[in-house]
Amino acid sequence: MTGLRSIDGVASGPAWDYDKLVFEDRVHRILYTDPRIFDEEMTKIFGAVWVYLGHESQIPAPNDFVATRMGRRPLILVRDSEGVLRALYNRCTHRGSTVCREARGSAKSFQCGYHGWTFLNSGKLNGVPWPDGYADNFEDEKFNLAQVPRVESYRGFVFGTLNLDAPSLADYLGGVAGPLDEWLDRHPGGKVVVCEANRLKFKGNWKLLYDNSADGYHVVFSHRSLLAMENRFDEDGDKGMAFYKSSPDNAPMYVRYFGNGHHFKDKRPNVEDRPGALWEIEGPHPGMEHFEASLRQRLGDRADLALDLASSEPVNINVFPNLHILGNHIQVSTPVSVDETDTTWYGTAVVDETGELEGTVDAVNALRMRTQESFPNFGEVDDLVNFEQIQVGFQAEEDEWVYMHRGLGIPDRFEVDDDGVITGPPTDEVFMREHMKAWKRLMMAEPRIAISRTV
Amino acid sequence: MDAPDPSTGSYYVSDDFYAALVEDFSGWQTPDRAITDAALRESCAQFLAEEARLLDSDRLDDWLALFVPECIYWVPGTRDGDPRREIAIAFDDRRRLEDRIFRLRTGEAWSQRPRSRTTRMVSNIELFSTPDPEIAMVRSNFLTVEFRDGETRIWSGWNGHRLRDMTTRWKILVKQVNLIDYDQNLRNPSIVL
Repeated sequence: MTGLRSIDGVASGPAWDYDKLVFEDRVHRILYTDPRIFDEEMTKIFGAVWVYLGHESQIPAPNDFVATRMGRRPLILVRDSEGVLRALYNRCTHRGSTVCREARGSAKSFQCGYHGWTFLNSGKLNGVPWPDGYADNFEDEKFNLAQVPRVESYRGFVFGTLNLDAPSLADYLGGVAGPLDEWLDRHPGGKVVVCEANRLKFKGNWKLLYDNSADGYHVVFSHRSLLAMENRFDEDGDKGMAFYKSSPDNAPMYVRYFGNGHHFKDKRPNVEDRPGALWEIEGPHPGMEHFEASLRQRLGDRADLALDLASSEPVNINVFPNLHILGNHIQVSTPVSVDETDTTWYGTAVVDETGELEGTVDAVNALRMRTQESFPNFGEVDDLVNFEQIQVGFQAEEDEWVYMHRGLGIPDRFEVDDDGVITGPPTDEVFMREHMKAWKRLMMAEPRIAISRTV
Repeated sequence: MDAPDPSTGSYYVSDDFYAALVEDFSGWQTPDRAITDAALRESCAQFLAEEARLLDSDRLDDWLALFVPECIYWVPGTRDGDPRREIAIAFDDRRRLEDRIFRLRTGEAWSQRPRSRTTRMVSNIELFSTPDPEIAMVRSNFLTVEFRDGETRIWSGWNGHRLRDMTTRWKILVKQVNLIDYDQNLRNPSIVL
């Protein structure tokens, strides 16, 4: 087993015997430190499963595009001139340079800066300078930009995969579509639009972020300063994530595993199910007193619904391997190298096409922008430094194992339903053990990877 | 009735306040508004040096005292955007600025344990007038060297300060920090810029 990939599009055998590295209660540190494993993940995870590429609201009109990545692959996510969603490889078919160097925009075609080859936004080659110097027929599709062969949208979330044998996107999402639907449906029209982002990065392996994404065990320790800050006017207060403070496993929240690496930490049961309850636990935010008073004056009894839309939805919905819905954010993580990861927290705004909010949508969004800035500023920065410190700790190479066994072996700790969906206490690491099993299956599989080109 | 205390209640960040903020920070660096008075420029340069020194010495309460009560600390994630429709890298009113300082002081903000050490260079200071004779806009470039946990790195860009009371003692109404890499993924942006 060499770790080399064959050139016919089929990934080679595994770099390691993963049965020796992934156990029920623990995984080996090299999963996070070995560049060979990282290279293999770029094909077998970030090529072989449905990877989140972007949101339709980033490219609302024909010819709109946004630069994105699928693992390390540079892509241009476009809505082409015919309105078709495509994920084009940002890689000239001539010598390999990127053909688009803008982060976003609108373009009917892309021209390579190196020799001027020009491609339509369908990926089709439109022309090369001085074609009489070539013996080729440029109608040959091999000269059209490569693209991700399967691109699908689930209610605005655009995913792509190179795996011809992957299930449909709906089947891949499975049960995690339920919380996604609920998250969307709390908004007017059942949708949001992506706005700007808090863009962060850390020097650590991408899986450290995924492992943390449904972790209810770290909250009161990693985020102690945030909890103290949110409740600094009343230290026995119930603001923000205070429901973690005493004994989180006795709280009504839970963690749920859906299969295919997807999981969900549902904190909504901690909050009373009535209008205004979400708003009441928001910590302090800029403008909150002014806008609350103004919304109450304008909307009367209906103000609580508007204020709840400005409040953080207490969920963590994690779609393997790179999409996290938390609060009102769409958080995307993108591996850069074995020990470097970008994580971009896209804010979302409410749209009100039916007038449900009676003309107050701008005020709701003005508040919602500020509530969304809180966690990246005062919570995520601490998580990311903790992940970096794990990467440092992993340099202790003789101490090999990373434990994720909380809850394992304790009778009656979990419920498993007929579909295999597992539900357990919010501090349990069951979700981690399960996504690691999914990871191992993928790393030991031989996915049929392919690109396509427009004809 | 007494005015509400902006340290405990955020009443001043209103729709009108946002609209004025966006207007105040649009198109202000024009030659016709340049202030050439040498004494004013010198006092402003001293003020910005003092601000940098307070931040570099971790005297955050003294730094906060440079601001008016109803202030804004704003690190935009775009150029010429509207904070009502976009999230910013940071958009702090008085209370959130005090939150930020409170959190750093808990000793449990892991992103700042160990704490960063910084050295700030402030230069290219230019003053611009506003319709209010008591208020000036100031542009300055900054180069902040941050040392933390064995690594040294650089933050750079330009600041837009909206300052009041130029005849007596400067106070900061708004500090806008425009990073050169505002649209990129940033590693551990946990210091006050």
